[in-house]
Amino acid sequence: MASRGINDRVGVVGMGCTRFGERWDSSTEDLILEAFAECIGSTPNIDKGDIDAYWLGTLGSGQSGLTLSRALSTDDKPVTRVENYCATGSEAFRNACYGVAAGAYDVVMAVGVEKLKDSGFSGLMRTDPPSDGTSPELSMTAPAAFSLLDPAYCAKHGVHPDEMRAAMTHVAWKNHDNGSRNPKAQFRSPVSRETINEAVKVAGRLGVFDCSGVSDGAACALIVPAERALEYTDTPMYVKGLSLVAGSSRASMDPEFDFTTFPEVVKAARDAYGQAGIDNPGTQLSLAEVHDCFTPTEIVLMEDLGFSETGHGWKDVLGGNFDADGRLPINPDGGLKSFGHPVGASGLRMLYEAWLQFRGDAGDRQLSDPHTALTHNLGGRPGACVSFVSVVGRELGR
Amino acid sequence: MTASLIAYATYLPRYRLAGGDVGLRRGDRVVASYDEDSTTMAVAAAARALEGHPLPASVYFATSSPAYADKTNATGIHAALGLPYASFATDLCGTGRSGFAAWRAAAATGGLALTADVRVGRPGSADERLGGDGAAALLFGDGPAIADVLATTSHTSEFLDRWRSPRSITGEQWEERFGADRYAALIRTAVDRTLDETGLAEVDHVVVACSNSAIVKRVGTLVKALKSTRTSPVGFSGVADAGITLASVLDVADPDETILVVSAFDGCDTLLLRTTAQLPLARQSTAVSLQRAEGMVVPHLTYLSWHGLVEFEPPRRPEPDRPAAPPAARAEEWKFGFAGTRCRQCGFVHLPPVRVCRSCGTVDEMDAAPVATLHGTIVTHTVDYLAYSPSPPMIQAVLDVDGGGRCTIEVTDAEPERLRVGARVAFTFRRLFTAGGVHNYFWKSHLLDTGSENDGKPRDQ
Repeated sequence: MASRGINDRVGVVGMGCTRFGERWDSSTEDLILEAFAECIGSTPNIDKGDIDAYWLGTLGSGQSGLTLSRALSTDDKPVTRVENYCATGSEAFRNACYGVAAGAYDVVMAVGVEKLKDSGFSGLMRTDPPSDGTSPELSMTAPAAFSLLDPAYCAKHGVHPDEMRAAMTHVAWKNHDNGSRNPKAQFRSPVSRETINEAVKVAGRLGVFDCSGVSDGAACALIVPAERALEYTDTPMYVKGLSLVAGSSRASMDPEFDFTTFPEVVKAARDAYGQAGIDNPGTQLSLAEVHDCFTPTEIVLMEDLGFSETGHGWKDVLGGNFDADGRLPINPDGGLKSFGHPVGASGLRMLYEAWLQFRGDAGDRQLSDPHTALTHNLGGRPGACVSFVSVVGRELGR
Repeated sequence: MTASLIAYATYLPRYRLAGGDVGLRRGDRVVASYDEDSTTMAVAAAARALEGHPLPASVYFATSSPAYADKTNATGIHAALGLPYASFATDLCGTGRSGFAAWRAAAATGGLALTADVRVGRPGSADERLGGDGAAALLFGDGPAIADVLATTSHTSEFLDRWRSPRSITGEQWEERFGADRYAALIRTAVDRTLDETGLAEVDHVVVACSNSAIVKRVGTLVKALKSTRTSPVGFSGVADAGITLASVLDVADPDETILVVSAFDGCDTLLLRTTAQLPLARQSTAVSLQRAEGMVVPHLTYLSWHGLVEFEPPRRPEPDRPAAPPAARAEEWKFGFAGTRCRQCGFVHLPPVRVCRSCGTVDEMDAAPVATLHGTIVTHTVDYLAYSPSPPMIQAVLDVDGGGRCTIEVTDAEPERLRVGARVAFTFRRLFTAGGVHNYFWKSHLLDTGSENDGKPRDQ
């Protein structure tokens, strides 16, 4: 038994993405409409009535399909609301793709939205069921949970804390630098290494510049059967592989687990690479959008996704391998770090960058001849998480 | 009274107010941390006293600072100690007299008498300066006695010396000299009667507990003893005062010595004990004097915030939800008893308990794996400046428990800079936060070298 995958069975023919940020004047509905308008506007042969079904991803900005059907007035079409922590947007996309691949629908839309800045609090809010009050997930914030990677990584790989700090700072510097060339990013100014290093601490050694932006935003994608994609656009994006792993949380209880890897990511990547026929991700991919929720996460992901040898991620980061002009650009759009992280929208935002890059629409950050991209989206925390990996490409059969 | 004293222990919290902050010319003031209350301190003292002894069938818990009204606090202690379902646990809420009542009950039926108090005074008050927080546990039963009960006496008198509204955390006092006069007479009468009834001319040690500080000052002239006359080395600790002071004598007394405990609260009760040859073999593992010596200074303002006497700006995070009753009841063995499960098929330890083994997938083949008394090692750690905490920042660590098991849990009583991978920890029952009037009790870890809890050193036997 293995996931068979839907390599080259579906294509993305339109996408939209709002500017991410503190959108004080925009509601959840406004954000959905903004992303939808861009998407539909760029796909002249499809209008709202042609869309057969919708998948809506949001962590907490609405419940049920009604959140979308009301916003768009969708004429009694099926709308499925999905939630899978920070991988929610990817999950909406994955299930929408399966709706088309199964032959159930001809045209579907995946929408992701999050309105985080209405709560008045810092960071993400949780809505947990009533509990006994003992779970560390209830008390410990996300930056604290991911900051656990830092001392553990240093201890395991013999990395001096100053070297690790420099690598973490490089991740933040790089993603802010990339984001400065992205008009839709929440933070559009380069940030100096000194500013990053001296920022007020949030958890462990993580300062505010080691954390992703808390923002509002929405993104969406139109998906059709691959053989019909060219009816709608000259430059479709084909789905090569989709995988999702929900961990058993064994790692959180297992003394063998050392907090220097996400086993769920390793497995999701292996599955997606198998579906897409990727043997050597470091050379076969043109770019990757990864879940840089906190700077040490991106370092560990370089290893878990197979871009670096185990224990070398920090060194490869510092060596510029993953910079915009490096051997494998990571988060050329600025990532969660500077594009911002409206939870339900982030997975689709990652795909949006691949979409723009393949079409040559990435402006100042356009890469040279990109043909294959990976997106990676993580939800939860080290020890117990969900991990999504997709591989998408510009051409059929490549 | 029928049962003998077979074990004793005290728990003194680790935090101290600097003497200069509260008007003490020398020394400091012992204070409970924000995550401690009379219930948690009683659990700590009880766990030490019960080490190596059969579990008691009765628990009598006395305090003037109960965490709950309209709910028995002793049941939380009972659960945290993992005592059998078919046993008795009750509160006696009031003054030091309630503490004496706990002793009398435990001595009559056998059982565990727990006394604990958090004594809060208004900033600048004598209660703030001269009080002390802590807990004492006396275990009575049929085992090898460390002291036998020779006699008790009681006198009761209604007069106004100390009082406190049930709604207030700080108390009041009449002109001290009035109460001192009354207590002096009561104490003389009680001591004379005890000596008369037992035919003793003098006792070896006298312990005096009294809420009137003028009595405490002149205790040496008030009651004579051959070897020592003592008041609390901690400061006045309310209901726990007599127990902590008695423990400080039991820490050093020789076999076959008499100890007269004088407990003067709205009257005067006495308890006369004679130590046995077992005492030197069964003293508590860490003497009161050592527990008193160790400490970490807490800034005065921070301390005041713990008791709501000043209010700090909260973090921009939502307050946590109150723990829900049904899930808390279902998880009693985990939440209160800190017991996980071990798979019978593969031995994998689950903290918290689960039904399907995370390692081999076997369903419902689990044995209890209690970890409360075990030690652990820090795997990785962090300081969470953003998390909601009654006293930020929150420290969290991932721990490997000796003998198997991994969990992520708060670290308490620690300066963040002392955390390191590989550091050794033990566990302590604490109150994580209070929401909707519900105290969220659970276990935390503390660094072992802080001495704030049982440090794992063997008892001298």
